[in-house]
Amino acid sequence: MAVVSSRSGRLGNRIAIAVVLVITVIFLSPIYWITTTAFKPLVQATSVPPSVLFEPQITPFVKLFTKRAQLTAPVAPEIYEAAPWWEKLVLDGGERLARDGNGEVVFSAYPDRFINSLIIAITSTILAVSMGTITAYGFSRFRVKGEADLLFFILSTRMLPPIVVAIPMFLMYRAVGLNDTHVGLIILYTAFNVSFAVWLMKGFMDEIPKEYEEAALVDGYTRMQAFFKIVLPEAATGIAATAVFCFITAWNEYAFALILTNRRAQTAPPFIPSQIGTGLQDWTVIAAGTVLFLIPVAIFTFLLRNHLLRGMSFGAIRK
Amino acid sequence: MMTTLSPQSRAATRGWSDITIRNLFVIPTVAFLIIFNVFPLLYSLGFSFTDFRASSKAAVNFVGLKNYADILADPVIWRSFSTTLWYVIVSVSGQFVVGFGLALLLNRPIPGKGLLTTLLLLPMMLSPVVVGLFWKLIYDPSWGILNYALGLGKTAWLTDANLALYAVAITDIWMWSPFVMLLSLAGLSAVPKHLYEAASIDRASKLYTFFRVTLPLVAPILLIAVIFRTMEAFKTFDIAFVMTGQPQAELISSRLYKMAFAQWQTGPASALAYIVLIMVLCITNIYVKYLNKAKER
Repeated sequence: MAVVSSRSGRLGNRIAIAVVLVITVIFLSPIYWITTTAFKPLVQATSVPPSVLFEPQITPFVKLFTKRAQLTAPVAPEIYEAAPWWEKLVLDGGERLARDGNGEVVFSAYPDRFINSLIIAITSTILAVSMGTITAYGFSRFRVKGEADLLFFILSTRMLPPIVVAIPMFLMYRAVGLNDTHVGLIILYTAFNVSFAVWLMKGFMDEIPKEYEEAALVDGYTRMQAFFKIVLPEAATGIAATAVFCFITAWNEYAFALILTNRRAQTAPPFIPSQIGTGLQDWTVIAAGTVLFLIPVAIFTFLLRNHLLRGMSFGAIRK
Repeated sequence: MMTTLSPQSRAATRGWSDITIRNLFVIPTVAFLIIFNVFPLLYSLGFSFTDFRASSKAAVNFVGLKNYADILADPVIWRSFSTTLWYVIVSVSGQFVVGFGLALLLNRPIPGKGLLTTLLLLPMMLSPVVVGLFWKLIYDPSWGILNYALGLGKTAWLTDANLALYAVAITDIWMWSPFVMLLSLAGLSAVPKHLYEAASIDRASKLYTFFRVTLPLVAPILLIAVIFRTMEAFKTFDIAFVMTGQPQAELISSRLYKMAFAQWQTGPASALAYIVLIMVLCITNIYVKYLNKAKER
């Protein structure tokens, strides 16, 4: 496998590369398809045969952010002329934008859900990573009674099926008024991610030589100063990688959000599919919502590429 | 074990003691997890012995083990369990074949390998529910790209009782083969080169080298990948829930969701949740055992 010297070996190598390329194209085609759908004219999104060539347009994104109604009669030319370019795109498609009493464009629910997702994912990430980092330091540097059992307990909370936890959480949150609140979801996502953060950060902490801190202690630092001034900067890469993983998990989470939120604090994952099934489906708008939602994850995946293995194995496999 | 400076030393007496810091760093997180994970589960354990319905204010009666007995006698739940089992087998073996196969192909010098690997890993980072949603578009019987590309006419992937489960499994395989690939690649790259050289000097056949050198060395990491995916596939909710409502393709998590939040049978649902929980904890136990083994290497 590794030793490729013979002619047949080189040929085999070329065939393998060709196969890998073909598989990569097949693997990426669903993502390509949803992305292009977000830029298609409505009629071409569901045309038979599927259209591969089309004139890209951003109408679906305009529609995604606005509330619209079917045009019952053609718009008067002077109104059409006065409309901004993005409104013309919608008018061309036979719809008009809904406006409130002051004539302002009414936004759809999507931006709110997107912002909810951002608030909840970012806050829970900060909490989970902070707690995970200090706890990992505790486990890494000090003798903790029943360490193996505690670490197993911590990881096992991560493995619980969301629906199983959601049943009592729903009842408890209802009792204390945390259903459909940002705080409620933030707490749950923090609990879900903190176990992961502890495991991943413990690996990173174990890699920092403890001589660094001991030298600092000898130099007159307290242990807390050594932790903040020596250990944390050393662990920066690990903290960043852990944070990105926690963010992606919280960003993508569906089951808890579906059960524990419905309007005010609803995040994008339960919202995006709920647009389906209400009358005629505009797949271009759903695709636009999906693409915007996937962009942060795609960017983070590239930033994380060297840490994916480690994160996916809870820090156990380090390469 | 890690030891710290001895308590008598000058350094350890400045500021907070190590024991204070350890407690401060470890106890809050453990307490937090107990409050938000263990306590709720104890709460629902209590409900699993009652006829409680979260949607009504009727008096709650203690029914003993009746909920558990009912569940074990319920053919719908048994069907969900067997559907789930079959789903796990199809989906995890698919991921294993595609993921390990890809890793074998990628385990050679390829120009732009890093980029290629990252692109292949993209699916597993995406939100399962959103993935399920856009595969719905791909599977659409009349204008989906899949039927068109494969010339399958009007195959109704997600509404056909016999196909729906496989359609979900295919999506899951697409999404998670990269995970198996990632771990396999790590295992393959850890096989010492000199073993291959020795095998080639001995004129061992490629097949023999694969089964006697590569596979035994990669097996531990493959096992971790398979156990993890088995556990995750067993818990599958989002993808299946958003893709199909076919009763023949109903996984145990979807059944649980319906019992708890559509029919509001909180008591019986809690009992079923406990049965599922115990199964998941068993797999977790095995998983962590192998994870720790991998760590020691």
